Amino acid sequence: MIMKLFEKLLAIDRRIIFILIFLSVAIPLLFVIGFKIEVTPEVENVYELVDSAPKGSHVLISFDYGPSTKPEIQPMAEALIRHCFRNDYKVICTALWPMGVQMCMEAIDEVSPDFPNKKYGIDFVNLGYKAGGLVTINLMGRDFCSAFPTDAANTPIDELQIMDGIKNFKRLKFIIGLSAGAPGLKEWVQVGHDAYGIPLAGGSTAVQVPSLSPYVNAQKQLTGLLGGLKGAAEYEVLINHPGSATKGMDAQSIAHLVIIIFIIIGNIGYFVSKKNEKKIS
Amino acid sequence: MVEFMDRLGVWIGAILTFAIFSFLYKDNPLYKVAEQIFIGISAGYWFIYTVYNILIPNLFNPILTNFVSQIHLLVPAMLGIFMLCRLIPKIDWLSRYAIALVVGTTAGLSLIRTLQSDVLNQMRATIMNPFAGANLAIILGNFILIIGTITGIVYFFFSKKHEGVFGGTARVGILFLMVCFGAAFGYTVMARISLLIGRLQFLMGDWLGWIN
Repeated sequence: MIMKLFEKLLAIDRRIIFILIFLSVAIPLLFVIGFKIEVTPEVENVYELVDSAPKGSHVLISFDYGPSTKPEIQPMAEALIRHCFRNDYKVICTALWPMGVQMCMEAIDEVSPDFPNKKYGIDFVNLGYKAGGLVTINLMGRDFCSAFPTDAANTPIDELQIMDGIKNFKRLKFIIGLSAGAPGLKEWVQVGHDAYGIPLAGGSTAVQVPSLSPYVNAQKQLTGLLGGLKGAAEYEVLINHPGSATKGMDAQSIAHLVIIIFIIIGNIGYFVSKKNEKKIS
Repeated sequence: MVEFMDRLGVWIGAILTFAIFSFLYKDNPLYKVAEQIFIGISAGYWFIYTVYNILIPNLFNPILTNFVSQIHLLVPAMLGIFMLCRLIPKIDWLSRYAIALVVGTTAGLSLIRTLQSDVLNQMRATIMNPFAGANLAIILGNFILIIGTITGIVYFFFSKKHEGVFGGTARVGILFLMVCFGAAFGYTVMARISLLIGRLQFLMGDWLGWIN
């Protein structure tokens, strides 16, 4: 009886699994459960780094991702910009990915209505995209103007008030890299922190977390790391401003639960069928 | 008018999303149409984006406005044209000069930076006093880090047969590697579910207006 049940479960049509995953994501989005979001030390470190700078500090956020990873990284960008604006920092945005320019503007457009006094060119700037990855970061570290002679709207950076006195990385309090691959956070670690010694933190897609986690170490190559939607949700909790990441966490948890149940059923079924095969032989 | 265009964009997005999702049932013409539209639009978008956001501000504008001081930009421009020579079999050899420069520069820069960041600094981060922790959990974590690093490296040492104490150490290394693979799998699942959440937030929020 149990054997037959497991045989049926092991031969289940994959489309049924797709439907169950779909429902496990859709239903919690419609009917909010409100699972508690625990904040991990890696995310808390990012928060403390961002929170520790004095008012008026210049900080750099690099948008190294595109629309394909927007659901994971955009909530981080919005939360970080909100935190920086709240603390009255001067936010300099760059992009190592071409579409990062658009992602930056969308994040600022989302946050700006809550900070109507923040002015472009004075409180924040979008320097745009520059190809080159490692080389571009190196060039920025030596001379911003060589890497970005103009901002994204072709205004010479000498004419932007926010860039007064910012010749290289020296006056930056910290750098935040938001990364979906290469060039991205790894390049920022290699040059921004390890070559120029600027405190660095970042956010990445969940897929990248295992390869970036080793940089969150005693050497503080990365001060902290926001990993995927969960990392973004934790940061939203810390700045006390629930956003799209927080709203998605119920769905994430339920979907994971469904997947775990399927993995357990699959494994039990595998071992039961194996045992049965042995008995027959 | 702007609102109408926004709404139209949302509807097109929703229809194309369903067309792509239909592949989960089985391959079908609707999916293929959506796929071709995506590829076509991506190629067109990238072409225009490259011209307007890379070539014009970084090459054409500086050369046209201040040719004498920006004459050096002709060198990367020429190398870029060399790259395109791959498309013409008779002179495709020219592209090798551009590729050689890119590969050489990248290898040279990456070698030093990788050695510094991924070898020296990672080693320094592992050389620690395991008892220098504020609580038992941190001390335990330090020990796991040290044991995991050493046994993991031992597993990748293939000049000695994996047997005896050495083999046992390597087997412990395999356990750590398995945990790493498991974490990578878990994070991958999380990433894919996050993307599905993003799409459903678009469908049920922007399109249907069921959620805020």
